[in-house]
Amino acid sequence: MQQGGNRKTEKLLLERSVPGRVGAVLPDLDVPAQALPDKALLRDELPLPEVSEPEVVQYFTGLSQLNFSIDTHFYPLGSCTMKYNPKINDEVAFQPGFAGIHPLQPIEQSQGALELLHKLQGFLSEITGLPAVGLSTLAGAHGELCGMLMIRAHHLANGDAGRTKVGIPDSAHGTNPASAAMAGFEVVELASDKDGNVDLEALHEIAGPDLAGVMITLPSTLGLFDTNIVEVCRIVHEAGGLVYGDGANMNALLGRVKLGDLGFDVAHLNLHKTFSTPHGGGGPGAGPVCTTSRLAPYLAAPIVTQNGEGYELSTPEKSIGKLSGFHGNFGVLVRAYVYIRTLGGAGIKSISGNAVLNANYMMNALRGVYLLPYDRTCMHEAVFSADWQKDRGASGLEIAKRLLDYGFHAPTMYFPLIVHEALMIEPTESETKETIDSFIQALIDIDREVTENTELVNNAPHTTPVARLDEARAARQPNLRWQPEAAD
Amino acid sequence: MSPDDRRYTKEHEWVMIEDAAAKSAVAGITDFAQDQLGDIVFFELPKVGDSLTHLGKMGEVESVKAVSDLFSPIDGVVTEINEKLLDHPELVNQDPFGEGWLIKATMTDISQLDGLMSASDYDAFTAGPQ
Repeated sequence: MQQGGNRKTEKLLLERSVPGRVGAVLPDLDVPAQALPDKALLRDELPLPEVSEPEVVQYFTGLSQLNFSIDTHFYPLGSCTMKYNPKINDEVAFQPGFAGIHPLQPIEQSQGALELLHKLQGFLSEITGLPAVGLSTLAGAHGELCGMLMIRAHHLANGDAGRTKVGIPDSAHGTNPASAAMAGFEVVELASDKDGNVDLEALHEIAGPDLAGVMITLPSTLGLFDTNIVEVCRIVHEAGGLVYGDGANMNALLGRVKLGDLGFDVAHLNLHKTFSTPHGGGGPGAGPVCTTSRLAPYLAAPIVTQNGEGYELSTPEKSIGKLSGFHGNFGVLVRAYVYIRTLGGAGIKSISGNAVLNANYMMNALRGVYLLPYDRTCMHEAVFSADWQKDRGASGLEIAKRLLDYGFHAPTMYFPLIVHEALMIEPTESETKETIDSFIQALIDIDREVTENTELVNNAPHTTPVARLDEARAARQPNLRWQPEAAD
Repeated sequence: MSPDDRRYTKEHEWVMIEDAAAKSAVAGITDFAQDQLGDIVFFELPKVGDSLTHLGKMGEVESVKAVSDLFSPIDGVVTEINEKLLDHPELVNQDPFGEGWLIKATMTDISQLDGLMSASDYDAFTAGPQ
């Protein structure tokens, strides 16, 4: 964004190709020449770019400089916890003993790696208050699926096949209903009450013999701690159901609230959010599943167990089976382990303190400028509505686009669905007061621009290489692959 | 203002009788609904012959903002779907009460419409807090 040059007109690498230009010189052949396979298997008209090495380096370096990332910008994308990922995590994960290990290496050669995984299981157990942990699930929604399959297996093992319904609040993460449905359950939406908590009357209505459980995102996507959560767990348990916890927002609770103590039976953590491993652009992630002793036998295989002096991979007694090829995204698990060890207990606790402090500082500074539909102390993020600005001619989308001109990543928009014109802002715990102040000032300035110069906001962004892409056309007629100009 | 030649549901669908003797009706989503959804990119509609249940799920609509369920305003059986929407879902953004209809159906009982909202009731409903 900050680079010069007119990138709108920049050509793709394939379009820079000049016939005969090469980027590499092969050494003389010093082995016997081999016959090529059958000609029918070979294509000699592939449109590969013919470019020099400097062209390749300049091209990709130029593209990388267009990145809007946590290493270049403030990134308050609500619910995504785009906080700083300490470089020491990468340094340790790149150690040859970790980076070069093979998943099929004999167990006796992998004891160090297994010890790390075993200790990580212990840390996550301590953090969640849930005694059993499996690390093999590769993302948050993967952990959700694992947890819901465990709940299903538990009910079936108890002869409770009639428990087919799962209640999910309308303020839950969007993946929750999909995970429950994939695990074979019927999803029932639970309304939020006026404070943003789960509506207890609505919960009582579904708390019967066909209730398998509920999936609760805590704090919710409204950025709020459900103050009835203990009661929610009690009602569900009394009806014979189980409580799943979506721990994607755990940076609000670390070191202060244990999900197990509240009554959760099974929960996943997002190491790629809460424990500072890289994410965005699709991963790799890690969504470990933490659970009670009662559900521990159903965990996905493998888990790491200690056997005398050594460690081994084992399959829990009634395991739902394997959900990934091996034992999870090992490099991500190493990074999360390093993060926890670097911070220690006191540091872990200060994460949640700073996350909640930063979000409330921002929320209070913007109260009265942007509508707060649920105006109470928030957790790690605050959800505003751009309804006041929309009345003056600029919607949440326009405000998000205009923020790019100020050098900030846009917040999450139009989610959760129960807030009109939602702007969901998570400043995260790793930003300074100065950065958050400048972001607050930008939102105040944009609010003024909506009144004084609506067009400026509605035509934003003005400083990015491309501005208003046709999202609807891209979704309706996706063009997923570069194709050469027709030759004939 | 929503047209007053048809009836409305809380889930923002409309339904209009085409031929009372044949109990045939046409249904779609409202202008308010398409405005809230934003640019629509995809519809999943029921099949001809599928049974419809009043306020039962009959399909999905995907916009640039979100995927939402479509609910049937009536009990009945699907007789036709708007095939044009498969390639041109934007018709619903452009003309939700006309060209952008979703399905036609034979109703089980056309008096069911009496239980739905009138245009003025629906407009009052959408003007209030959601």
